[in-house]
Amino acid sequence: MGHKTFSRGVHPSYYKELTSGKRVEAATLPKTVTIPLQQHAGAPCEPLVKKGDIVQEGQKIGDVKAFVSAPVHASISGKVKDIELAQHPGGFRSLSVIIEGDGTEKHWGPTGAPVDLSVLSGEAIRESVRDAGIVGMGGAAFPTSVKLAPPKGKAIEAVVLNGCECEPYLTADHRIMLEEPEKVVWGLRALMKATGASKGFIGIEENKPDAIEALRKAIGSSSDIQIIVLEAKYPQGAEKMLIVAALGRKVPVGKLPLDVGVVVNNVGTAAAIYEALNWGKPLIERIVTISGNGVKEPRNLKVRVGTSFEEVLSQCGGLVEGGEVEVLNGGPMMGIAQPTLAVPVIKGTSGITVIAASVIKSSVYDACIRCASCVSACPMGLMPYKLGDFGKNFRTADFKDWDGVSCIECGCCSYVCPAKRPLLQWIRLGKLKVRLEAQKAAAAK
Amino acid sequence: MDQKTLDTKEIKTAPTPEPPSQAATKLVVSSSPHFLNNESVPKIMHNVVTALLPATAASVYFFGWRALLLIIVCVASCLLTEYAFQKKRNKPIKIYDGSAIITGMLLAMTLPAGFPIFGAVLGSVFAIGVGKQLFGGLGFNIFNPALLGRAFLMATYPVLTTTWVWPRTMEKAVDAVTAATPLAMAKFEGKLDVPLMDMILGNTAGSLGETSAIAIILGGLYLRYKGYINWKLPLGYLGTIAAFSAIFWLSDPTKYPSPLFHLFAGGAMLGAWFMVTDMVTSPVTSLGQWIFVIVAGILAVVIRLFGGLPEGVMYSILFMNAFVPLLNKHTRPKVFGEARAQKV
Repeated sequence: MGHKTFSRGVHPSYYKELTSGKRVEAATLPKTVTIPLQQHAGAPCEPLVKKGDIVQEGQKIGDVKAFVSAPVHASISGKVKDIELAQHPGGFRSLSVIIEGDGTEKHWGPTGAPVDLSVLSGEAIRESVRDAGIVGMGGAAFPTSVKLAPPKGKAIEAVVLNGCECEPYLTADHRIMLEEPEKVVWGLRALMKATGASKGFIGIEENKPDAIEALRKAIGSSSDIQIIVLEAKYPQGAEKMLIVAALGRKVPVGKLPLDVGVVVNNVGTAAAIYEALNWGKPLIERIVTISGNGVKEPRNLKVRVGTSFEEVLSQCGGLVEGGEVEVLNGGPMMGIAQPTLAVPVIKGTSGITVIAASVIKSSVYDACIRCASCVSACPMGLMPYKLGDFGKNFRTADFKDWDGVSCIECGCCSYVCPAKRPLLQWIRLGKLKVRLEAQKAAAAK
Repeated sequence: MDQKTLDTKEIKTAPTPEPPSQAATKLVVSSSPHFLNNESVPKIMHNVVTALLPATAASVYFFGWRALLLIIVCVASCLLTEYAFQKKRNKPIKIYDGSAIITGMLLAMTLPAGFPIFGAVLGSVFAIGVGKQLFGGLGFNIFNPALLGRAFLMATYPVLTTTWVWPRTMEKAVDAVTAATPLAMAKFEGKLDVPLMDMILGNTAGSLGETSAIAIILGGLYLRYKGYINWKLPLGYLGTIAAFSAIFWLSDPTKYPSPLFHLFAGGAMLGAWFMVTDMVTSPVTSLGQWIFVIVAGILAVVIRLFGGLPEGVMYSILFMNAFVPLLNKHTRPKVFGEARAQKV
């Protein structure tokens, strides 16, 4: 307590101790990878290779001209087996490049001292970041190069690194900050250079004292970067909540962080930028926390993009036998449940959470007793119990009037509801209806 | 996309193909969050029942076994009524969720110990049947069912509902048939000298649950400790009663009772801790809750001092219950990052 935070929110059980003390280990080299051409928010890539091509680890295999996009790279060396529609962890099917590996591994590592940032231009950093296919690694996977190129007339004053990791179970960011603090700090400085920001902040929840210590050491006596210790509360890592807690600035409704002069990036993204600029390594692998009460040996693994969930899970002792489990891409609050284990790890997969029996929610719910839990939990200041009803009953006009579109889908409302009403699910329906109506209106014009 | 493809059920239970290697383990798919806290409606209700136990024990201590009989009759009739309605409406039977028990207990708490059993049954049937089930059951009622039951009995048996008996712990109990509550004494006889300690402990005439303030506060603090009530509601209500009555008391202490008297006399404590805080019938927004308790507090004092009745807690709460939907609608919190003022 006493640490900075935002209004409302919830305090779920974190269960981070399952993996927070475990070092990141390299996963075994996968034999086959399925690399979706859409791993970022924005336009999907077009394949640059065709069936039968020989590809090298780190070779660009998909790209597109669109501004909001990021290229994808081969995460192993081998032969393109096929390019086909495959199940995507985002819950849809995406055109994917399937590569059969040849068993060789390329060595990525330092070729000397870290690059001197003062000789790099902002433009050069942006280009390298885009070229390396770097996207937000906290889960939303927004192309980082786009964030680094604000529209004219909007100055960026501060870069905030998001090290909150407020999702239960996940410890990937925690381990990065603890094990590779220099990379994080270097990456932050690169981001500051690219955006012209004079100040850098790293927001961390107070439940990771060892990571705070490690970063303090890495920053040393420099005054350009400040660590902000935040209360451990969900959803502290949501962009808007982080900015208001760290800097006291509220992102206006319908606006972006850069409207208040801020860019937020995940700590993992910063580390990936370090590797891209120093080692020339594109974003082909990432740290994934595999945890939950449904997996036998929770671990933190460095996994190649494209490795199937099944293969990753088998390196963690596999799933618990019998009964029902829910396998999530991400954490339990915002993660997406997978209908099959044949989905690949992608750039935005911060964790694979497997929850079993006792934790899985039931689909039975009671009537709303207007206990106000959801209203006092909603970080956006909405009234979820009402929005849920509006969404469920297709009352789209009311839904819009009660600001349903401002929902950030953090799930606090459903989490606290004593009647176990699937509020967020209904609110999503409401948002979908609003979108569809807008599309219809646009088509009619 | 048409309505049909948007059906909630379809989205919720997406097909779950079973991977061959995990034959024994079944993958389920649901919408996030996948992880909920361990609260539930029955858990909340059962805690409220627990919180009412000290007051129940106090009422039995002060009024004897007749009090316990009354409570049992009210609870049993509430449960039966609830069961009958749910059965008739082909709804799932949810009488074990505890909400009907609370209604029964609270209704009994508002009655004098000598109240006829038949009347108690009638009041319970009205409280649950009309006050709750006709609105659609738990969560849909506008008025606090127990208070509605009590209001019904007030209208049906005006004499019996105000025929108080002395607690058996008082010496007057030997020969006195009917007694006067401290509020009635203050109102009709101008007597303001009831010892405060007696009111705090419960050693005065009154309904079962309105006598022992300390037992009620104990239950209220338990609920607060469990996180089921918001400080604002009980303290805002009591604070308003104290502050508003203080204005009159300061102007003429011989004519108007003191704020402390107002707090510990009658149903103020029971109302503040168990009725104002009823989740279903109180506002959900912070501003709405303030308006609710402040107006209700003022009304209670106004009725006590200037109305025809000695006690105003019941009507003050029932009256404000009616405004809850309106309060919820017009006191919405400000959306994060919203520049404009609150919508009215």
